[in-house]
Amino acid sequence: MVNFEGMEQQRSSSSLSPRSQSSSQPFLSVSVTDPVKLGNGVQAYISYRVITKTNFTEYQGPEKIVIRRYSDFVWLRDRLFEKFKGIFIPPLPEKSAVEKFRFSAEFIEMRRQALDVFVNRIASHHELRQSEDLRTFLQAEEETMERLRSHETGIFKKPSDLMQIFKDVQSRVSDVVLGKEKPVEESDAEYEKLKHYIFELENHLAEAQKHAYRLVKRHRELGQSLSDFGKAVKLLGASEGNALGKAFSELGMKSEILSVKLQNEAHQLLLNFEEPLKDYVRAVQSIKATIAERANAFRRQCELAETMKLKEINLDKLMLIRSEKVAEAEREYHELKAESEQATKTFETIVKLMSEEIGRFQEQKTLDMGIAFHEFAKGQARLANGIADAWRSLLPKLEACSSS
Amino acid sequence: MMDSENNNTSEEHFHPLSESNDELENLILHEKNENDSLTSKSYSNYRSVMSTLSDSNNSHNHPLSSPSFVSPVDSDPLLSPPQHHREFQNPNSPNADAIFTSFDGETSSNGVNTPTRSFSDGGVFSRSESLNSEYLRITVSNPVKEQENSNSIVPGSNSYVTYLITTRTNLQEFGGNEFGVRRRFKDVVTLSDRLSEAYRGFFIPPRPDKSIVESQVMQKQEFVEQRRVSLEKYLRRLADHPVIRKSDEFRVFLQVQGKLPLVGSTDVASRVLDGAVKLPKQLMGESVIAPSEVVQPAKGGRDLLRLFKELKQSMANDWGGSKPLVVEEDKEFLAKKERVHELEQQINGASQQAESLVKAQQDMGETMGELGLAFIKLTKFENEEAVSESQRVRATDMKGVATAAVKASRLFRELNSQTVKHLDTLHEYLGLMLAVHSAFTDRTNALLTVQTLLSELSSLQSRAEKLEAASSKIFGGDKSRTRKLEELQDTIRATEDAKNVAIREYERIKENNRSELERLDRERQADFLNMLKGFVVNQVGYAEKIANVWTKVVEDTSGYAKEST
Repeated sequence: MVNFEGMEQQRSSSSLSPRSQSSSQPFLSVSVTDPVKLGNGVQAYISYRVITKTNFTEYQGPEKIVIRRYSDFVWLRDRLFEKFKGIFIPPLPEKSAVEKFRFSAEFIEMRRQALDVFVNRIASHHELRQSEDLRTFLQAEEETMERLRSHETGIFKKPSDLMQIFKDVQSRVSDVVLGKEKPVEESDAEYEKLKHYIFELENHLAEAQKHAYRLVKRHRELGQSLSDFGKAVKLLGASEGNALGKAFSELGMKSEILSVKLQNEAHQLLLNFEEPLKDYVRAVQSIKATIAERANAFRRQCELAETMKLKEINLDKLMLIRSEKVAEAEREYHELKAESEQATKTFETIVKLMSEEIGRFQEQKTLDMGIAFHEFAKGQARLANGIADAWRSLLPKLEACSSS
Repeated sequence: MMDSENNNTSEEHFHPLSESNDELENLILHEKNENDSLTSKSYSNYRSVMSTLSDSNNSHNHPLSSPSFVSPVDSDPLLSPPQHHREFQNPNSPNADAIFTSFDGETSSNGVNTPTRSFSDGGVFSRSESLNSEYLRITVSNPVKEQENSNSIVPGSNSYVTYLITTRTNLQEFGGNEFGVRRRFKDVVTLSDRLSEAYRGFFIPPRPDKSIVESQVMQKQEFVEQRRVSLEKYLRRLADHPVIRKSDEFRVFLQVQGKLPLVGSTDVASRVLDGAVKLPKQLMGESVIAPSEVVQPAKGGRDLLRLFKELKQSMANDWGGSKPLVVEEDKEFLAKKERVHELEQQINGASQQAESLVKAQQDMGETMGELGLAFIKLTKFENEEAVSESQRVRATDMKGVATAAVKASRLFRELNSQTVKHLDTLHEYLGLMLAVHSAFTDRTNALLTVQTLLSELSSLQSRAEKLEAASSKIFGGDKSRTRKLEELQDTIRATEDAKNVAIREYERIKENNRSELERLDRERQADFLNMLKGFVVNQVGYAEKIANVWTKVVEDTSGYAKEST
């Protein structure tokens, strides 16, 4: 079974376990373990143990264990997304309200694994790992966490964010109304190519993931039909009696054994192949969110630049007529200038970060998929060999039947 | 493209990216127009599975219709298949490869090693061939629409289809090696009816359905093809029956040119009409069943009175208080009948599960292919848009997986078409069960005829006694009564004769039942064993090939293997 934690270890050495590291090198290692179902009925949820081992000075101590639930992870992701614009925030597994009710062992394990990967990716990212919110997440008491978490209300995080979203929509609408053909966009050809790539990539990946999921189902179905076939053949064998009857019984038994192998492989496939593909899709969606952020930052920069120009013209006018409002206007102008410079800086930071992130993303994904492909191929080879062995063992018995 | 798909050696050079996506889509998702169907209604579920299967098995021999139904094409130099089977060329080399590579450890590109031939074909027919050097091979082909020469007002209303029936044989009865005739479906019905009359008690393979309604619903061409296939199967089954293959009726059907010289079958309505005409005379006088008619069951005949009598008898058997004069005493037979019934149920169950197994295998192959295709598209995309080296590396890894998935998908489909052939034996035997039921019914009917005649005899005799007693009381005799008595005694003698014939017939049918049951047991053992072997060898062969395909990918991606778990 793939352990993404281990994979991350290959990439950034600073999250190896403390024993194999000299204490002078900074490390931060996290694991998400021990899922426990709590609560009842509709309000049931899973809680996880999050264990942190670190020698970062900012942290309270070398080791800390806290209890967290899914919505805590969501809180962390949202905070990071706000604070670290330009960086691709690691994706979370879907909320999945339906499956939650069933809470199958498979689902719980998959979610735990995905959450573990999530936190570890943050802990290995040299910018994100320094986040204060991460520290809070890893160390705060449960009550504190609950208080923080309850501020988040689904998609719309805060009232101010809500306003911002409405403003965005408003400005887009007014753009259309005013006859501006498109919202202001960058004219960077390379960036356009990247955007196009990301959007197309999501489609391709989604399709591959869809088929991977179906393949899991096919394994389960084949397993089931082999089991049924085995039973029917055994009955037939009992009816026939003598050597032929025995042959049928043996065949039936082998069928049932193979059925189990198929079910096992289906499980492996789900964890080691389908899930990585889904993870890939989520990562691409996270990039799309960052792309949106960059567009926002760009637009803001442009708007402020325009507004600043207007203010400048106005200021000159006022200065010309020696109005009393000059001082106020000057002050406003300077404020605006600062804001504009800030917006420009924000935007440029995003651009810089994104280009680094993209390179890292591609490398990471090549590694992730390489592992997934390897496990997939291993599983299929293992299954096929198991099938061949099982049936092969029947041949001498069948030979014996025909010679008698 | 088809050929490259089938040729194993070219698999190594198969580059999905060098072909267009459309071709690949054809490779994996292409639907073919061929339809397959089996004979009687009891296969109706199987039929739909089979037709979807043959839709996707575009590059392989038809599991059911190819001449290799008898044995793999290449192994039989005597039989060259008719043209339409050659559309999807490729003799069984990949299949043979798959089977024999694993089994013999060597690759055989052409043909089949004779000693292992019985493994590769789970069908009924390989057995009979290996037993005797006699052969009787039949092919049905070349459907042609013909016009009946009647002066009908509506033109084209009497058109029908004839099929060319080609026979190759070395049986002495036929006095010829190779010949062909044209027959229409009506002729087949006639043959089937004459056979069931002449061979009561035998397990005669059931003929294809008439299915008139369906022909209107289906495309005419599809229907004709389905019918051709089912006719071929039916005639081959007849050819396989040790007694029927030498029958006059069969020979005449296969050999005599022009109009079929067998008595045509009449429909139920006209038979009833004929019977109704006779009935008043029968009721007026004493009617006796002619010995020639006694050998046939009452049901299909024109003698309504006899039908009524036998019906009455059977009701008396079931509901009447007294035991009939002759009963089915053979306990052994009754036990066997039970067993056959039980066997039928188990075969039915196994055959149903075989169907769903085949479907699951097919689905697996399809989805694997779709996955491969999706990855191929992704690979192409990454390569086109690659900006970084890591993307190219990923694209290469992905291509390996995609290629493997496509190969595995193809292997699954091949595996499946072979599986279908093998497990088809189960379906064959289900059909045979119909024939068994029919043979048992022959026996029951014959017994009923005997019982009816015995009852009648006994009642006639008591009437005769009463008449005698009555007329003896009158001094000098009673002329009318004496005459009546004489007539009665004539009737009694005729009925005695009929009874004896009926008993002989019943015994004959009993013997047929017995010998056929023995043959059924023997052949079934051999056939099922072949089926199992074929199925298992097939699974082993393909599983090994699939394992090889994936092992290569494991090696190629071994760089990503984790050092620690």
